[in-house]
Amino acid sequence: MFPFTLEKAGSTEAAIAAAATGARYIAGGTTLVDLMRDEVERPERLVDINRLPLGGIRLEGEDLVIGALARMAEVAADSDVQRLQPLIAESLIEGASPQLRNMASMGGNMLQRVRCPYFRMLDVGCNKRTPGSGCAAIDGLNAGHAILGTSDHCVATHPSDVAVALVALDAAMRVQGPQGERSFPVEELFRLPGDTPHLEHTLLPGELIVEIRVPGGPYALRARYLKVRDRASYEFALVSAAAALAIEDGVIREARIAAGGVGTRPWRLRACEAALAGRKPDRQAFEEAAQLATEGVRPLHHNAFKVALLPRTIVRALQMAGEVA
Amino acid sequence: MAENSSEMHSPGPIISRREALQATAGAVALAALPLQSAAATSSPAGVSSVMAVSMTVNGRAHTLTVDPRQSILDVLRETLDLPGTKKGCNQGACGACTILVDGKRIVSCLTLASMHDGAEIQTIEGLEKDGELHPLQAAFVEHEGLQCGFCTSGQIMSGLGCIAEGHARSPDEIQFWMSGNICRCGAYPGIVAAVADAAERS
Repeated sequence: MFPFTLEKAGSTEAAIAAAATGARYIAGGTTLVDLMRDEVERPERLVDINRLPLGGIRLEGEDLVIGALARMAEVAADSDVQRLQPLIAESLIEGASPQLRNMASMGGNMLQRVRCPYFRMLDVGCNKRTPGSGCAAIDGLNAGHAILGTSDHCVATHPSDVAVALVALDAAMRVQGPQGERSFPVEELFRLPGDTPHLEHTLLPGELIVEIRVPGGPYALRARYLKVRDRASYEFALVSAAAALAIEDGVIREARIAAGGVGTRPWRLRACEAALAGRKPDRQAFEEAAQLATEGVRPLHHNAFKVALLPRTIVRALQMAGEVA
Repeated sequence: MAENSSEMHSPGPIISRREALQATAGAVALAALPLQSAAATSSPAGVSSVMAVSMTVNGRAHTLTVDPRQSILDVLRETLDLPGTKKGCNQGACGACTILVDGKRIVSCLTLASMHDGAEIQTIEGLEKDGELHPLQAAFVEHEGLQCGFCTSGQIMSGLGCIAEGHARSPDEIQFWMSGNICRCGAYPGIVAAVADAAERS
């Protein structure tokens, strides 16, 4: 690990001032410490934000507000989260391990870096790690890589599960930075790789995620997260789907669908949602809608199976959501 | 020459594996020292590259000087001489280094000591009381929840967390909530049985 200095921020303003002059934020450290040890990340200054008052979970009207420093385990176990936004609890529990969920913060989860093995191999090309060095994954072992939103420069998937749920639920995030405060949809945090895969998110220099706001909705309780992977737990998704349904008088009024493991960012599927509105929640409707999910796919040598697995995962997730009492 | 060979053949004091390893580690640490201090001087000017940290480990208070890069795992093993916590993958994937920090199970390899001033730490060494194994340790013995033993201290510390969280109500639930601990020998049936048994008795 390269040497660095560690500052402990006593206030949000102090943390932002440190970041504005080049320090990197650290909370749980589960991504950053690991990548620093591999020398993929080489920050010279870290600012520890764990003492800032950005934790906790609260209700504001119909909105669930999750502090950026709330830990994954804490959010998953929260009774308001389980009662009002079960999709968030389920997606959290399907991610990482119990130990890592005790450590990792919600803000850090959003900003975690990709799990493409080539990103960590200093001796092979990776445009995300070293712009212009090429992408070893495109012609490499790419069974775990993306089929949607890829470019000729990067094909890595976004690894978060809970981000898929948050994007499906139209969650917003509030950030604070040297220029003040702003809010935007969580979906807009994530950039497509294009020809600048080293730029992963839309935060401005020094900006700090302070909270995530999840609006209530008629679909929130009939919502499930299905994660398909190589082993039953503690594994990244091959394909995952978040599905939420508002059903009235036996007809789907509104659907929310997003997928993980397939896109270079959490992948909202609005065409599938639109196809379900007004339909009866049956298998035929689910299958017809799910077929729209693969529009624009660019499969690689080892991951073409995801083109078939994606619609099947969506159908199953929709069935699970439909069965919620 | 002659002296050396006679020394080699003389029945010397019996050295344990741990003592031998510590002697080697000492040599390695000494050899590494110049490198470490060279690295430290390349830090941004004017900021100290060592930090003072206080932590309580198994009920004993310690004040330590750490390099910001040191994990709690390394501090436990190398500074505090508590090698029961194991270094498996050193990247947060295997769970061998699981300890409790402020009552919660975490992986100590990805936890910087410099970020945990004031932490209350529990390791495998603190479980035995008055010569009696902790009930979960005894359950691992009874159900043979191990083969080679390398992952065992992490399994037990994680098992304590699993039981305390209320996630040990069935074998299926234990499997899911213990999935952060890998056992290369495949002693999983015994591990699940041991956690289930201890959970029932607690």
